[in-house]
Amino acid sequence: MEEQTKPDSVESKSEKQKPNPAGMSESRFSGMSRRELLKVAPVLALGAFAIPGAQEWLLKKGLGFSDWASEFTFRAGHLAPTFSDSELTPFEKFPINDYDVDDPGVIFENWTLTVSGAVQKPGDYKLEQIQALPRTRQNTRHVCVEGWDVIGRFGGTRLSDFMKMIGADTSSRFIALTCADDYYETLDMATALHPQTLLCYEMYDRPLTRGHGAPLRLNIPTKIGYKQAKWLTDLKVTNIVKKVGYWEDQGYSSFYGL
Amino acid sequence: MSGAVVEIVRTKGEETEAVARAVYEHPLPVRLCHWLNAISLFVMTGSGLQIFRAFPSFGAKIPQKDLLHWPKAFAIGGWLGGALQWHLTFMWIYIATGIIYVAYEIFSGNYRQVLFTHRDIPGVWPMVKHYFFFGEKPPQREVYNPLQKHAYTTAIVLGALSVVTGFAIWKPVQFSWLAWPMGGFHWARLWHFFVMWALIAFVFGHLVMVLLHGWNNFLSMLTGWKKDPEY
Repeated sequence: MEEQTKPDSVESKSEKQKPNPAGMSESRFSGMSRRELLKVAPVLALGAFAIPGAQEWLLKKGLGFSDWASEFTFRAGHLAPTFSDSELTPFEKFPINDYDVDDPGVIFENWTLTVSGAVQKPGDYKLEQIQALPRTRQNTRHVCVEGWDVIGRFGGTRLSDFMKMIGADTSSRFIALTCADDYYETLDMATALHPQTLLCYEMYDRPLTRGHGAPLRLNIPTKIGYKQAKWLTDLKVTNIVKKVGYWEDQGYSSFYGL
Repeated sequence: MSGAVVEIVRTKGEETEAVARAVYEHPLPVRLCHWLNAISLFVMTGSGLQIFRAFPSFGAKIPQKDLLHWPKAFAIGGWLGGALQWHLTFMWIYIATGIIYVAYEIFSGNYRQVLFTHRDIPGVWPMVKHYFFFGEKPPQREVYNPLQKHAYTTAIVLGALSVVTGFAIWKPVQFSWLAWPMGGFHWARLWHFFVMWALIAFVFGHLVMVLLHGWNNFLSMLTGWKKDPEY
């Protein structure tokens, strides 16, 4: 490139008046232009996103990279913002969200949380056993993947305390959860041990209502709404999960940390 | 290489005549970034509007008052999950392109061609008179006139703002401080939306100008060379 243009670039005003014998011929110029055009062609690689088979794979990779970045930015000791009582969204304006039914009809008297996997004390845990652990109350923001958010007051047991009680192997990677409405979720260990991650049995200082996941749900201010499963029935500490979550398995982000 | 000038000549027997002049305006990194950015901005806007469709409001969820119903035909991704995949994939291309472009402009010195500075201020009004009030066209001495510089500099700032506002709503916990100057999480989402419309307005104006007098400009963004420049 340099070689071709150097003689031409030493051009002066006077030469502009009459034809420049050192000028570049039309064919040479169009040849050079064509080569320069070809150099921009790598941009067409993005066209791979238009190929149906490749598109799915590429988008999965892109989402995976975003999840990796989310996990990378997660800090175990960093707390989600908390709010004063005056900033709370009124309880009746806290949306009830679910994939299927507003009330899967849990029979409270028979309810237990079934614990399994890499734990020293597996078995069925009653709500009273969970409530006997120290209670945490927090006003935190609940963010929905759709774009809305509310500030709610949540109360419950720190999941990390419960993990201690059941003797969970915290070197395991995941906590797999299943729910009374057949919803299911997976939580990474770092988030499970975060001080604001609660096994939530209270909202606005009152027992959890059926619509909000009674008797027990997750409250995780560092996660998007769909990871905060309601109507919990089973908790498994594990290194392997075949399915991640109801929404995740349809293409939503697996980690979705806020 | 940037700024090189050639005279294009036609030879007929003994006779040689100059038929055109050409200036090398856009180095390869600029051209690559321009087209990568064009594509990623298109995808970010389309998928962003599909994400917006899931909750087309900036108020409370209960009661929900929709701001506007954006047609699905003008959105990318088909559904919320699909749009998020596009958005969370192309944002990295968008960010990388922006960083590479700005770094190149700074280190190559090419920013002088684009950056609007105080020296361009006196030239703004004559250009406005020409564009909007049929005033005489001021002589052009460089690649971009003051209004173009203003538009492109603004677009670069808007691009940076789109990323910052985006991170404020994607990571309201880890980067909670980001939303603070924007007025909080709610406002950050609104700012992200505003910035998108500002970028759409820029692209619209940009395309109109290219259509009006831009064939040589368009070619120069592909080959780097602009034939018959006005300066």
